[in-house]
Amino acid sequence: MIVRIMGEGQYRLGEDVLARVNELDNAAVAAVDGDDEDAFHTAFEEMLDVIRNEGEHLGDEEIETSDVIVPPPDTSFAEAAAEFTGDGLIPD
Amino acid sequence: MAGMSGRMSTVIKAKISKLLDKAEDPGETLDYSYTKQLESLQQVKKGIADVVTAKKRLGMQAQKLEQSVVKLDTQARQALAAGNEELARTALERKQVAQTELQSLDQQVAELQTQQEKLTESEKRLRTKIEAFRTKKEVIKAQYSAAEAQVRISEAATGVGEEMADVGLAMQRAVDKTEDMKARASAVEELEAAGTFEDLTQLGSGQDDIDRQLAELGAGGMVDDELSKMKAELGMGSAPAAPAELEAGEGETKP
Repeated sequence: MIVRIMGEGQYRLGEDVLARVNELDNAAVAAVDGDDEDAFHTAFEEMLDVIRNEGEHLGDEEIETSDVIVPPPDTSFAEAAAEFTGDGLIPD
Repeated sequence: MAGMSGRMSTVIKAKISKLLDKAEDPGETLDYSYTKQLESLQQVKKGIADVVTAKKRLGMQAQKLEQSVVKLDTQARQALAAGNEELARTALERKQVAQTELQSLDQQVAELQTQQEKLTESEKRLRTKIEAFRTKKEVIKAQYSAAEAQVRISEAATGVGEEMADVGLAMQRAVDKTEDMKARASAVEELEAAGTFEDLTQLGSGQDDIDRQLAELGAGGMVDDELSKMKAELGMGSAPAAPAELEAGEGETKP
């Protein structure tokens, strides 16, 4: 699976890593639902870290379409409401 | 694109399909995509230039304010040494306003610097991708039949389109921030125009307006502290300095 972090570039993720990202995605949705800003930032930042550290960064010359698009790292809690709803970024 | 379910994904998908809808045959799609990509790259370059311009403007304002801070401090000392405490107080109040603005400007300049670096990185990424697309386009033209070419072109155009949309949104965010700062910069310019940071010898009819703005900024308490400090430095002691009516007038105005 190819995941794009907006403004940062694309990463290739294995199934196991994607599963972890999906869990954090669901945690972020739960935080948004519960109006818990701190919990959202914790889940979102961990999600970004997992993608950056466990994913394989795609070279700039590779042309691929992303399966999942993650909003930019400086996404505010208010903006997150539009992204982390329902299944979140990754459908369950 | 199974997982593209957030708003960001929807926006990007819409942008890409708009891009691909334009052309029917493979050759046309290739040329159209490539032209669009180059246009998008130009826009990013322009966006970076705008950020740099805004940063320079704020930097120049900061410089002017720094000069005002020094000048007003000197004037406060001179006024106090000459026994004109009221004038010293006015100078210090203005210095306080200038310093507050200066801090906020410095912060904004730093923020714009970050924006500029991010956009420069995005521009580089997009440029590399467009170059890769150009190479791919020649290969596709040379090696594939029309039907196969269509599929491959679509894939490549979608991939680059996604990058363009990403850069486009990053630029939008940068532009929004720059707009906020432009508004802030204009506000500082208005204060300047009202004579807030001007030489005290030029104090004129605009005084009421300035006093109102000073009160809004709530510089009072800090000014009192600085005035006492300055008096001590000038060897005037911290005697019961400020007349009562002044205390009452300047008060603890909250912003």
